[in-house]
Amino acid sequence: MKKKKWPETWQEMNPGCMVFEPASARSYLTGSWKAQRPVWDDSKCIKCGICYIFCPEGCVSQDEKGFFRADLDYCKGCGICAHECWPGAIEMVEEG
Amino acid sequence: MAKRVGMEVGIAAAEAVGMCNIDMAAVYPITPQSHIAEHLSEIVADGRIDAEFVTVESEHTSISCVSGASATGARVYTATSSQGLLYMHEILPIVSAMRLPVVMANANRAISGPINIWNDHSDIMPQRDAGWVVFFADNGQEVVDMTIQSFKIAEDDDVMLPVCLNMDGFQLTHTVELIEFPDQKKVDKFLPPRKPFATLHPDNPISMGTLGMPEIYAESRKSQDEALKNSKKTILKVWDEWEKMFGRSYKPVETYLAEDAEILLLTMGSMSETAEIAIDELRKKGLSVGLVKLRLWRPFPFEELKAAVKKAKLLIVTDRAVSFGGSGGPVFIEIKSALYHEKERPLVYNSIIGLGGRDVQVTDFMKIVEDAAKAGEKGIIRDYEFYGVRG
Repeated sequence: MKKKKWPETWQEMNPGCMVFEPASARSYLTGSWKAQRPVWDDSKCIKCGICYIFCPEGCVSQDEKGFFRADLDYCKGCGICAHECWPGAIEMVEEG
Repeated sequence: MAKRVGMEVGIAAAEAVGMCNIDMAAVYPITPQSHIAEHLSEIVADGRIDAEFVTVESEHTSISCVSGASATGARVYTATSSQGLLYMHEILPIVSAMRLPVVMANANRAISGPINIWNDHSDIMPQRDAGWVVFFADNGQEVVDMTIQSFKIAEDDDVMLPVCLNMDGFQLTHTVELIEFPDQKKVDKFLPPRKPFATLHPDNPISMGTLGMPEIYAESRKSQDEALKNSKKTILKVWDEWEKMFGRSYKPVETYLAEDAEILLLTMGSMSETAEIAIDELRKKGLSVGLVKLRLWRPFPFEELKAAVKKAKLLIVTDRAVSFGGSGGPVFIEIKSALYHEKERPLVYNSIIGLGGRDVQVTDFMKIVEDAAKAGEKGIIRDYEFYGVRG
């Protein structure tokens, strides 16, 4: 059976909307909100990690070569990483 | 053994909480609730009970603090009044939505302005839609009994809702009354330790107080409305159990000489006892009059209220709060709308009385009833009145 995204009826609501599955917020992909995505130019990147520090979603991580990428399932496209990146290695590119 | 003592009702309220095996309380003192806060902190400080008393800096924090503790499974208590209750207003609907069985006393007091520390019901009425179970006590004995009952009702798996017990400020909280304290062992039997439905604990992580998207918000509100309405079953069951164990009866709507009465007066809280004397006096004068006392404000006891008033010709609802620009006081608005679809229904009048500590005497109730009776005989439809207002 396909797992329901939310209770179908009011009778199925947990008391107090309690959620018994830990870290269930992960199943809500906030990446669907974005209108722009960050694209890294690794030739300009100095691996300082400021994008990782400033990302309000915590979705930026370092790959095996030490460069940074956003998890696009959760990146909302806010552009803070691009704004903070002082070597100018991140460009916000229109989705679509 | 139960013992009878003369005690100030505010102190007695704290003593009753002391019998309920609470784990934690957070109370910010405010007149006329202060004696409850002071005495409960003494009970904890003296080591009479094993509980935490958290001294907070505001009512916004006291209600938040007890809610957090309640979510971990603790039995919790707070108390407030007037502006303090209004300061809690932001949190009140969250406590009920999270289904946390917080028990709170409210020492009813007028709200500002003008600044007024005396008794009326204008603090609790704006909290009508917060989703709490709301009781009114008439006297000190009821304050003690209902404090103990409130924990059992709130914590029942079929309820899981916060309870606000209203007691009139000064008229009750600062009056010394003869009160029978039940035996501790019997209270322990009546009120066993809390068995929470779910708790916040690191070993078994769950989430409480989450975001509700448009897809589920309406369903969550509907389920909460049903939960509050459904709580009446447990309230009746607990009151029944109380009567069997302790001998004192509690009902959502109580009546005094109302069965055959053509005219009914409706009151809430401590004024009910004054009104009973007025009913006796009016009966002596030959008026067919009785009293209806509303103990349960939320969930509103529609069936019981309709049954109590359907044979009467005239119902005079007293309100101790104003709904500015509305069609009358809040209790009147509720009752008039409840009766709208009934085939058998009385004319309903509304007297707003006892605002901001204005004394209401037996003679005032007599005048209200006698004046209304004259208009009622002629079938006159009346607007609400501010009884006794000058000008």
